Amino acid sequence: MKRAHAFLALRYLGLLAILAISIGPFLWQFATSIKGPNEDVFVPDFFPDDPTFANYAAVADVVPVWTFALNSLAVASVNVVTNCLGAAMAGYALARLRFRGRRFAAVVFASSILVPFEAIMISLFLVMRGFGLTNTLTGVVLPGAIAALNVLLLRNAFLALPAEVEEAAIIDGANAWQRFTRLALPSVKGTLVVVALFSFMFSWDDFLWPLIVLSDQEKYTLTIGLAYLQGTFVQNQRLVAAGTIIAVVPLILLFLLLQKHFFRGVGEGAIKG
Amino acid sequence: MTHRPYTPWLFLAPGLVVCGLFVLFPFINMIVLAFTDASALGGGRFTGADNFVRMLQDPKFWAAARNSALYMAGVVPPLVLLPLLIAMLAQKVVPGIGIFRTAFFTPVIASTVVVGLIWTWLLDSRGLVNSVVEALGGTRIGFLTDSTLLLISSMVVTVWRGLGYYMVIYLAALANVPKDLHEAAMVDGAGPVRRFWSVTVPSLRPTMVLVAALSAVNGFRVFSEIYLLSGGTGGPGGASTTLVMLIQSVGRGLTGEVGYASALSVVLFVILLGLLLITLKLNRREDQL
Repeated sequence: MKRAHAFLALRYLGLLAILAISIGPFLWQFATSIKGPNEDVFVPDFFPDDPTFANYAAVADVVPVWTFALNSLAVASVNVVTNCLGAAMAGYALARLRFRGRRFAAVVFASSILVPFEAIMISLFLVMRGFGLTNTLTGVVLPGAIAALNVLLLRNAFLALPAEVEEAAIIDGANAWQRFTRLALPSVKGTLVVVALFSFMFSWDDFLWPLIVLSDQEKYTLTIGLAYLQGTFVQNQRLVAAGTIIAVVPLILLFLLLQKHFFRGVGEGAIKG
Repeated sequence: MTHRPYTPWLFLAPGLVVCGLFVLFPFINMIVLAFTDASALGGGRFTGADNFVRMLQDPKFWAAARNSALYMAGVVPPLVLLPLLIAMLAQKVVPGIGIFRTAFFTPVIASTVVVGLIWTWLLDSRGLVNSVVEALGGTRIGFLTDSTLLLISSMVVTVWRGLGYYMVIYLAALANVPKDLHEAAMVDGAGPVRRFWSVTVPSLRPTMVLVAALSAVNGFRVFSEIYLLSGGTGGPGGASTTLVMLIQSVGRGLTGEVGYASALSVVLFVILLGLLLITLKLNRREDQL
């Protein structure tokens, strides 16, 4: 019995060590962000003598951090809507409608998954320039607006639905759009939540594409805005820290609210990586 | 007839347009451009394999390809092993385990930029890590100023951020390891270490291979971690630049050499496709188990 207790104690010790490694860096960043101007940020002290939120206001004087946040929010929200709707429509057609050319459409999506973004980013920039969409938030959203992976995820979800209900609806005279919106879509809510969450997170966290396509500061999303902030004001770590906390808090809240869907999404999207 | 002949295409149109215009067309365009001397301003003549010949003689290309390969080789072993050990710690349902699992996943949801900035500050010459090093009697280490240490530091950041993600994959796999195998091994007198190697590892092999493949693809694609930890420079003299960073710096801006950047992209694509195909194949096998 004693042995079991010792093992349990060891397990908790291990868990606590990993806990410290996982969230310690976030706590240190938060501690730095609430240290006052008179406190030495280089002293390893997690508990500020005189905590203040003034840095969160001050960071907005240096760069338009709230504009960045709104830009990120706009891009991420549009991304969620276009991915949920566009990918569900395409996935529904692939799974539920019979027509000539279905194989061709499936191949288009499947081959799109195989193209890594990093390999086409320069060429994609030229396409965006051709459309006159560089340095616009539309240009940031468009390439990921309907991700092929989401189309295939939703196709699989629709394929798993029983056919009988829809057959009954066909006899009742429901057209394809009605069957899609009233029957099919409500039945794949679980997958839609996963697609929505990961679209939001992917878009909110994206760095490389906004870095390439945006050039004016007022168009910046949070991620490149923060990288810019770091480049300009390395000397004031309090402000950089405040900026990073602003960027990460919305996602932490979202995660705490919907964590079981996050864990499910890791399983379903494992290929995407 | 359940629908008009064109109805499916109305459903498919938005998705096909986005994937066609912003994935497949740029892809084909990239391959064409790779054989030209196109600049950022457009134009470009067909130059045959010139870009590829130039690449073979370009020390920057070799350095970048080497860094990407080193990066991949450096992050795969820890990302296969450490999350497995963490998953085994977090597998047993003990009081408070939900809080631990949630906390372990937190670095995954933070963006690479946030993570990169946090670690830039931690590894600063006067940062928290160096304070600890000094307190232990060591001298300050230039984690971000030496090109080799910069690469290693970036790998640490990638591994740190990946722990929770791969832990979740392992947790799902561990739940499927048959209990009676462990019990039988216990009856036979096998200790915990023996059971790990003789029961857990063999039944998790497909998952471990999958994690290795996923982390290899992502490791070779590295950009953000090194970009941020080096403040956008790629390290002293650009010595820590990776292949994706090189493509970004060659092809971007008004002086961008689009043709050469496209040729570099083709090479990147071929390498990543190879790794991706392996991943897909392994993933499919995983599904069948």
